[in-house]
Amino acid sequence: MLLSVKRIHENMHASTSLSENYVQLKGSLVPMTVMELFQFDSAKIESSLAQIISQAPGFFEGAPIIIALEKVADEDIVIDFAKLLESCAALRIKPVAVRGGTLIQQLAAKKSGLAVVPSNKGRQDPKTVPIEPFANESATQEAPATKPVLEEVSSPQESPDIAPKAEPEQMEESPQEAEMVTTKIIYQPVRSGQQVYARGGDLIILAAVSPGAEILADGNIHVYGPLRGRALAGVRGNTEARIFCQSLEAELVSIAGQYKISEDLQKSGWKSSSQVCLIDDKLTITPLSK
Amino acid sequence: MAKIIVVTSGKGGVGKTTTSASIATGLAKRGKKTVVIDFDVGLRNLDLIMNCERRVVYDFVNVINGEATLTQALIKDKHVDNLYILAASQTRDKDALTKEGVEGILNKLAETYDFIICDSPAGIEHGAQMALHFADEAIVVTNPEVSSVRDSDRILGILQSKSRRAELGMDPVGEHLLLTRYNPERVLKGEMLAVEDVKEILAIKLLGVIPDSQSVLNASNQGVPVILDENSDAGQAYSDAVDRLLGEDKEHRFLDIQKKGFFKRMFGG
Repeated sequence: MLLSVKRIHENMHASTSLSENYVQLKGSLVPMTVMELFQFDSAKIESSLAQIISQAPGFFEGAPIIIALEKVADEDIVIDFAKLLESCAALRIKPVAVRGGTLIQQLAAKKSGLAVVPSNKGRQDPKTVPIEPFANESATQEAPATKPVLEEVSSPQESPDIAPKAEPEQMEESPQEAEMVTTKIIYQPVRSGQQVYARGGDLIILAAVSPGAEILADGNIHVYGPLRGRALAGVRGNTEARIFCQSLEAELVSIAGQYKISEDLQKSGWKSSSQVCLIDDKLTITPLSK
Repeated sequence: MAKIIVVTSGKGGVGKTTTSASIATGLAKRGKKTVVIDFDVGLRNLDLIMNCERRVVYDFVNVINGEATLTQALIKDKHVDNLYILAASQTRDKDALTKEGVEGILNKLAETYDFIICDSPAGIEHGAQMALHFADEAIVVTNPEVSSVRDSDRILGILQSKSRRAELGMDPVGEHLLLTRYNPERVLKGEMLAVEDVKEILAIKLLGVIPDSQSVLNASNQGVPVILDENSDAGQAYSDAVDRLLGEDKEHRFLDIQKKGFFKRMFGG
């Protein structure tokens, strides 16, 4: 098996010091998939959702999902949450809450048993990072357009620590726990036919990625050897994910579904240290060293 | 404790059986008690290369099924002492190989032998997986061309994920690259990958480079492992590879174009 390093976090002291208590509520950051609605048509949503999920069957199976309503074009539209939940159940994803939307929409969501989480604003805009692309940039090929966008974000569910007897030792640990993101580190070459997926985090490869190998991550991908296989970052829709590599010789690179194949990559940064990211929704290759 | 070495490649026709025969013969010549097993059930060839096809009574599958004992099935080599051959069955298919059956035989052989060489069939399916499953070391036979290199890469991945060592989380299987059919002239013309290119792609230790040579074909047809042809470049290259396998540090030969002298040109080399 491939070597992987995962930091496993266990709340060891809980069993001893809190043995008389039965329950504790703590704030925690959990990565969640967000389904952004643009318009509401239950049949069309179900078909485009099915299409997205069919691209990565298994990734979304049983996944808790937040329905984001910020981008719904028509604010007064009535969303039939019962119907939406039915569609989701059929596709085996599990909406747990809504985000944003009007008060009426939120009320309707609550009636259908969904929670309401606060809208998150002020996320860093990737466009503000100054990056000079390679001179001869070739056109990006776009993945088939899809209506609802599944986006991977950290959904902050910040609630104050309301443990009955919060000990100082625990208070210190809570924020650390919140920042914990799993990073997968691979020390050995990823060979043809092998697939490595870093679920919910970054992937670091300290060796070569052979042609015919596939590396995937929900977050960023770093390759400290020649990248000759396929690399897909932000596979659950994180458009801020990037790929960094020492020698770009990939068969395919992709970020959040947008991809370029080897033929297009030859024109920019081939066999040099590069980063791949989305700028203005366009897959861009930029040199790492100058 | 016996060392189990699989000779594998993914791709067919790259020289696995030739290599198995020569490496096994080389080890036996150096005084190591060696047995070579043909895992290519249904397409057995090793007996031909080792010239013992007329002495096969019982085979590997017979032993697995308990129809014969190991002693009955092991064929003593005629060329060197210390070497035994376990032929494959020609009438069965690879499903006849069971993990338990193979393991039982390997365990029994490990009691008396120093080296067990497993000649793998081509492909990555059941037969090849059985051959590599119990390996401590692997000799990956590769031709200097892209498809062979990619298949080798694939088999290296399988060694890392499906071998017993990988499944039990033991030290990984030792990987050795053996480049066969190497022709420096064609490398120079750009018709073949250079040693360095292959090493760079596969990123494993180079065990040896066997030059493309008529002597290999002659040896196969005569049923004498080419390593016994001490005058041939291929025979010497295999001999070096065996020394390296035993831990000796030897410089690689036959990587450059051999200039033919006057006499060689006149009388052939």
